[in-house]
Amino acid sequence: MPEGKEGSRAAMNRTTVERKSDRELVVTRTFDAPAHIVFEAWSKPELFKRWWVPKSAGMSLVSCDMDVRTGGGYRLVFRHPAFDQPMAFFGTYKEVTPHKRIVWTNEESDQGAVTTVTFEENGGKTLVTFHELYPTTAALEEALAGSAQGLPEQFAQLDELLAGRS
Amino acid sequence: MVQYQPAQLDVSFAALSDATRRGILEQLGRADASITDLAEKFDMTLTGMKKHVAVLERAALVTTEKAGRVRICRLAMRALEEEAAWIERQRQLWSARFDELDKIVEHLKSKEKADARRKRR
Repeated sequence: MPEGKEGSRAAMNRTTVERKSDRELVVTRTFDAPAHIVFEAWSKPELFKRWWVPKSAGMSLVSCDMDVRTGGGYRLVFRHPAFDQPMAFFGTYKEVTPHKRIVWTNEESDQGAVTTVTFEENGGKTLVTFHELYPTTAALEEALAGSAQGLPEQFAQLDELLAGRS
Repeated sequence: MVQYQPAQLDVSFAALSDATRRGILEQLGRADASITDLAEKFDMTLTGMKKHVAVLERAALVTTEKAGRVRICRLAMRALEEEAAWIERQRQLWSARFDELDKIVEHLKSKEKADARRKRR
């Protein structure tokens, strides 16, 4: 591995999270691959289900149906050891522009967000911007309050895994 | 984020010039409290306490939030800390998620390269 590659890789792997307004959450990250590859990993259910639920989240994805095209639908079913019943998340793809942009709704409740993810390729790398717009501030807080539970204590484990890989 | 502009500082110092309001801040430093709680503690009418809290709110020293039928007051610094902790939890979730995505992307990329090499042969 050439000198300096490690440093640039660390900078590139940085995930930023910003609460852009009371109703908006924006997450960005740059991947060292062209947009069509990142888009593929996002739009093919067999690939998507391998990363959307990080191992450290303590949840499992029971089923993952995704018809990623404009007007298509999705349905994800999760199971968490703390809950008896599985949880289903579902909605519709409002817009799918291959290798560029996916917009979907979250229809579990009338307080669901509209999510837009864009893929911007530049010099063989791809900037992914994930943007969620909630109908109200309370909806954003409620939706996200539970989503990150149980992560920190298992984080060291993930770090180890990644260190072993590189 | 609260920006401390000179004009904002004037408002802050004006808010702090009152002994009752300093007492309210001290009280909120121990625990969040509703306007009703504060009015009782400081032996004051609800309307009087609302006015004091409004001054502290304008000075960005206190934030209030409606929880059902009561309005909860808390120190603004504490609200900022909570916000920062919330963002950090989201960042951890997304980092973990995107680290997993990164692995798959790397795998697809090397597969594509290998396929291209095979075709050239």
